[in-house]
Amino acid sequence: MAETAHGHVGSTGISNVKLGMWAFLGSECLLFGGLISTYMLYRGRVTGGPRPSQIFDIPFTSVSSFVLLMSSLTMVLAVSAAHKDDDQKTNLWLTITALLGATFVGGQVYEFTAFYKEGLGFSTSLFGSSFYTLTGFHGVHVTVGIIMLMSLVGILKRSSVPGKKAEVVEMVGLYWHFVDIVWIIIFTLVYLIPV
Amino acid sequence: MSTETVETTHEKEHGMSDAGYIRIALILGAITALEVTTYYVDFGPLFLPALLIMMAIKFVMVVSYFMHLKFDNKVFSFLFYAGLVLAVGVYAAFLATFHFFIR
Repeated sequence: MAETAHGHVGSTGISNVKLGMWAFLGSECLLFGGLISTYMLYRGRVTGGPRPSQIFDIPFTSVSSFVLLMSSLTMVLAVSAAHKDDDQKTNLWLTITALLGATFVGGQVYEFTAFYKEGLGFSTSLFGSSFYTLTGFHGVHVTVGIIMLMSLVGILKRSSVPGKKAEVVEMVGLYWHFVDIVWIIIFTLVYLIPV
Repeated sequence: MSTETVETTHEKEHGMSDAGYIRIALILGAITALEVTTYYVDFGPLFLPALLIMMAIKFVMVVSYFMHLKFDNKVFSFLFYAGLVLAVGVYAAFLATFHFFIR
């Protein structure tokens, strides 16, 4: 099997790692598609507890969304720096991306706590269950992304990256951007479109 | 290799410079601000289509430029969009069975 600047390549002439990552992201579309559709179906089912319009804090969520969107910019700058073999900048942008991601997750924890205090528990209504499941799954994905980013920073500092360094950073980047595009959809369909 | 040469090689491979990424991010930020505006300003019947179009533009911009799908091998585009189209088709059918679109 040949190895190029983009890592191991098979008979297709393209990177196997990248091919695997895109196939994984394609399958993740199905996972989030299921969660989003279930939320859309149940968002109006409020038998007890608050309705979406009573608890959503749009200015707060807008700032969170902006933070996650900007983390995509810092991530792509990290990938760009990795392609230029600039380890210092790569580490800097990866760390900033992780911090922005942590800010987003912190905001989500605050939001969940505020909703719970206002009477929206996981089993309060179908709206509550589907909302917490969808946004919780996304939050877990962001958290996994932060762990990946911080691990990558540690690995890069020890200069023990398995395979091509730029490609490893790019793969983590693809996962991070995917988490961002899922939030682009969630922000519009869950928060901005009224029930 | 000089910084300029490295930058040019990166642009050739990925189609964008760092300044280009910043421009894309600014456009994405502006669209997000517009999206939020629709929550407070009454856009009448244009509200839903405008919001969905802005969401789609942001989605495609991130996938095309930040994820480099626009400049990468078309096999990756096929893999990702096949999953996306399958998801949209399956779940649109799923929602239709619950009369979601005719409420």
